[in-house]
This record gives sequence, C-alpha cells and structure tokens, in this order.
Amino acid sequence: MTDATPLLELRGLGVQLPGDGGPRAVLHGIDLTLGAGEALGLVGESGSGKSMTMRAITGLLPPGAQLDGTVRFEGEDIAAMAPSTLRRYRDRGVGMVFQDPRAHINPTRRIGSFLTEALTLNRGLGRRAAQARAIATLSEVGIDEPERRLRQYPHELSGGMLQRVMIASVLLAEPRLLLADEPTTALDVTIQAEVVGILDQLRRDRGLGMVFVTHDLDLALAVCHRVAVMYAGRIVEVRSAERMHEENAHPYTRGLLGSRPAIDHRAERLTAIPGRPVSAFEAGPGCAFATRCAHVQPLCRERPPELAPFRGGLVRCHRVAEIHQETSDGTSSQEATA
Amino acid sequence: MNQQAGRTPSEAPAVSADGLGKVFRVPDGRGGHTTHAAVRDVSFEVAAHGSLGIVGESGSGKTTIARMLVGLERPSSGTIAVMGRDRSRPPRRGAERNRRAHELQIVFQDPYTSLDPRQSARSAVDEVIRHHTSLDGPQRAERLAELVDQVGLTNRQADARPCDLSGGQRQRVAIARALAAGPRVLVLDEAVSALDVSIQAQILNLLADIRAATGIAYLLISHDLAVVRQLCDDVLVLRRGRVVEQGACARVLDHPTQEYTRALRAAAPVPGWRPPGVAR
Repeated sequence: MTDATPLLELRGLGVQLPGDGGPRAVLHGIDLTLGAGEALGLVGESGSGKSMTMRAITGLLPPGAQLDGTVRFEGEDIAAMAPSTLRRYRDRGVGMVFQDPRAHINPTRRIGSFLTEALTLNRGLGRRAAQARAIATLSEVGIDEPERRLRQYPHELSGGMLQRVMIASVLLAEPRLLLADEPTTALDVTIQAEVVGILDQLRRDRGLGMVFVTHDLDLALAVCHRVAVMYAGRIVEVRSAERMHEENAHPYTRGLLGSRPAIDHRAERLTAIPGRPVSAFEAGPGCAFATRCAHVQPLCRERPPELAPFRGGLVRCHRVAEIHQETSDGTSSQEATA
Repeated sequence: MNQQAGRTPSEAPAVSADGLGKVFRVPDGRGGHTTHAAVRDVSFEVAAHGSLGIVGESGSGKTTIARMLVGLERPSSGTIAVMGRDRSRPPRRGAERNRRAHELQIVFQDPYTSLDPRQSARSAVDEVIRHHTSLDGPQRAERLAELVDQVGLTNRQADARPCDLSGGQRQRVAIARALAAGPRVLVLDEAVSALDVSIQAQILNLLADIRAATGIAYLLISHDLAVVRQLCDDVLVLRRGRVVEQGACARVLDHPTQEYTRALRAAAPVPGWRPPGVAR
C-alpha cells in the first residue's frame, strides 16, 4: 500500500436482493473513498441503502444477495480475498458499532468476558494482560471504575454505558476503519453528545477512518469531514460538512434540511417533502427523487442523472444549475423587498 | 382559528395536573419489594385550545404522565382533571369511561403496533365514530370521509390494511382514529419520533393544521426539543420525575434558567453544533 492508496474505496457498488419476480436492486452505483483519519457521513431515510452500504463494506450481505462493483480495503478487493485474509480484515481491519448494543452483547456473560474473549483466544494474551488492556480501553471511552465494570453483567449498565463498552470492544481489536451504524439513535440526547464526542476523539487520536451512518444530517455534519446524502440506494449529493449548509444543491438535501424543525424558532410551516421515501427497486427509469421533487421536468422521469461536480461538491440532478439559479435569484429578490 | 377567537377567560383548562405523583413497587432482587417514584409532585396546565410539550430523557416520567392521563395508570398522589372534570380515580361505570375517552385521546409512538393488523383504516376509524357519536349511516360516512381527508389519506390508503401502509400513513390513520372520538385533548406520546425526517415534517404540519382548524388542545410527550418548539406554545422540562422548568417555549428554550435545560439544549445537534470536547 502506498500513501496514495485510500483506506477504503467503493467503485460502482451495487447490491441486488432476491425478491418476488426477480432480483431487486437496493444499492446502485455507489462510488466513495475514505482516507485514514477521515470521517465520512452517510445520511438518508428508510430504504436509502445506508446500512446496506455498511454491510457491503464488511462483505456481510444477506443470503442470495448479488454484489456488483468493488470494495477495496487498503487497495485490496475484499471479494478476491482468501478466506483467512477476509477473516483478518473483519477481525482487525474493520470495527463495527451498531444502534442497539444490547442486541450485540451476550446478556449472560460478564463485561470482562465479552471484552477479553477475542484477546485471549485470537491474540494469545494471558488473562491478566487481556484484563489490563480491557481496563485501559474502558477508561479511554470514559467509563469510570473500569475494574468493577468487568465484573458486571450487561443488564446492570445503562444504554449509553453499554454503547461505550461496545466501542471499547471494537477498539481492542485495533481496527483501521470504524463503521458506526446509527450508534447513538437509541440514546438520550445528552448521552448521544458524549458518545459522538468519544468517537470523534478516538478517530483523531488513533487516525481511524470512520463511516458514520445516521438519519440525522446535522449530527453527521458535526462529526464528519464529508457527508454523502443517499436516496433510494443512490448517492444524490456529496459535500464537505463545512459547506453543506451554505452550498447544498440537490432538491432532496434541501428538503431534508427544511424538514427538520429548529430549537430556536418555530417555522410557519416546515417545507415537508411530499410522498414517502422509496426503495431503489421502486424508482422509475429516471431520477429516483422525481416522484417527490418540486422541480421535476419530463427529462427527470426519463433518464437517470449522473453524480456530477457542482459548486465544490457532487450532485446527482439534471436541473441542479437551473434550480440553483432560480433559488439564489429568489433569495436576492426577497432580500431586496425586505 | 375561529374556536380560538371565541376563547373566554372563564374556559376551564383542557388539562390540569396538581401535585401529581406515581410510585411503583419494584422487586428489590431479594424476594421483597422496594418503591420507585416515577413522577413526583408534577403540576401543569394545558389551556383550552393550548399546547404543552413535556420533554425529558429516559426515566424522566413523561410516559407515566401520559399513561395516567389516559387512565392506564392510577396516580399515587395528586389530581388530574380534563376539561375541568377530575379523573384521578378509575371510572365507576361505562358511561364515565366513554366520556373520558370522548374528551381525551392518545396517539402512540409506534405506528406499527398501534393498529389492528386485520382492520382497514376506514373500518378502524368508523368503529370509533360509531362508538362515540349518534350519527346515522350517511352522516357517519360523511364524517369518515372528512376525517380521511383531514389527515391526508387517499381513498385507496383508507381501504388498505396496516401492513400495506408506510409508517407515516399508519400514523395518519392513528390520528384519524383518535380524532374520530371528537376529543378536546389529544395526547401525542412521541407520536412523530419513529418517523423518517421528511415524513415527520408532514405529520408536524398536519398536526398544526388540525389544531388551527379544530381548536383541539395538544399534550405532546417528546424527547426532541425542536419538535416541541415547532408544535407547542408551552414546554415543561422533566427530569427523574420532577419538573425542572416550565413556561412558554420561547422563554424556556431561548433563556433557560436551569442548568439541566441548558444541558439538554446544548446536547442537541443543530447547524454548527460540535460534540463536547471536539475542536477542528
């Protein structure tokens, strides 16, 4: 691997799942790269394909799934990996943090056993050495009295505490890539802030690459360098987190931002997007967002738009330049009348 | 908002809770029992046609308050009244139970478990109209069509069973069903929390329209300050069963006086927000 090789590279990634009457596409033409130490957000609603992208990255797809395109980790195609290499990639290359830690930690075993099992079995550490590592890592994720925690069972810990244990267990494997799939969605908002703070700190301290999946665009913008907005199994906009609020251009991104109420004022009306999110296989031959888009033209329904550069980001929309023109004119005329 | 214009100062509050408390008996793990005070000395009012948001994190007691309002839990102390009528004790007879249901309805969080899977939306709503009104056949059909239209369901969706509807559509059915009883108060227990962002916005707009059109009072239970700000005039911040702070949304959320309210506000991801201890 040279310095130019990205940590993670997705090229033309597509996934089809078996369905009634033939395979159904759930993911389509995903191109993404991620460097070491970089945080990338995947943001979308139900069926947008964000979680399926995560599964494709680990090569853990549902039975019968058909994969197109390539997933490269440190330059190596995971589909071409020998079983032992693939196991090593899943074990030490990539770590995963899920939404519900309770569903991923054995409730009948103590925290200590959960954290040290892989260390003693796979890394050949002694019990004491493994415990010392577990204690140090628990401290690193902000858990107090780590020695006592090792003797506790999962049900004795709160959801936020257990999510930190989950993160600690991932760190013990020393991965280079961290996949976080809605890691704070089940947590209270004050705990969410602490947990994303920890993830962000760890990414910087350890130079981890992180893919952060969430439905909350503002949360993704707060912890990621770049954010990819997904809709119906496709990426519709990629932009740096810093510029997203000023430069967002895809009608769906704009709709998402307008949908979210604010804490500091009441909107007269939220600019809701009509209809409901569709899955990739429900989308027509044209733009997947055409059925809900206020700017739709016949062309949008006929031909799928490409993800193309626009104002410092990438946008998948035939009419993005015109829409930008119209809306920025609108803003200036409003300012003029105000 | 004709109903609101006709409001008089003498009108009883839609909901008033005074010194409300709920103590649960919980096993202590040694074969005995101990007590847990889920709600402690909570007092609030929802003005007629008003809207109050109760916000809190898990364990704050917000759902216990909602359950006491609808009669699923009995208060251990204090009183609750809806439209000036006490409901701190279980109803003595069926007529009283009906009257309480007629006055106050609830919409729950999970649109996937709050409807009968075998019943079409239309039939679910019709059942409630039949129970709570004395409308004849044609009038009932008219009311049904009105409700279906009011919550923005198409005729085809109204005839579908819940399994063929999306989460947002199901929540519209749940709202129509609650409105069918003709309530003066609607309790919304995290009613938009499980919805996708774009759908949540639709339902929030819908709820604002319904309140403007009917003058119904809302009591919104939520963990989300922004949702409360969008839908409610007043807010009550709850923590571990106690009231931390209450008042008009603009006052409490823009100028919180309590540390906990400030912490809740500071933890919510808004444009430009950074997690604690993070600098780039």
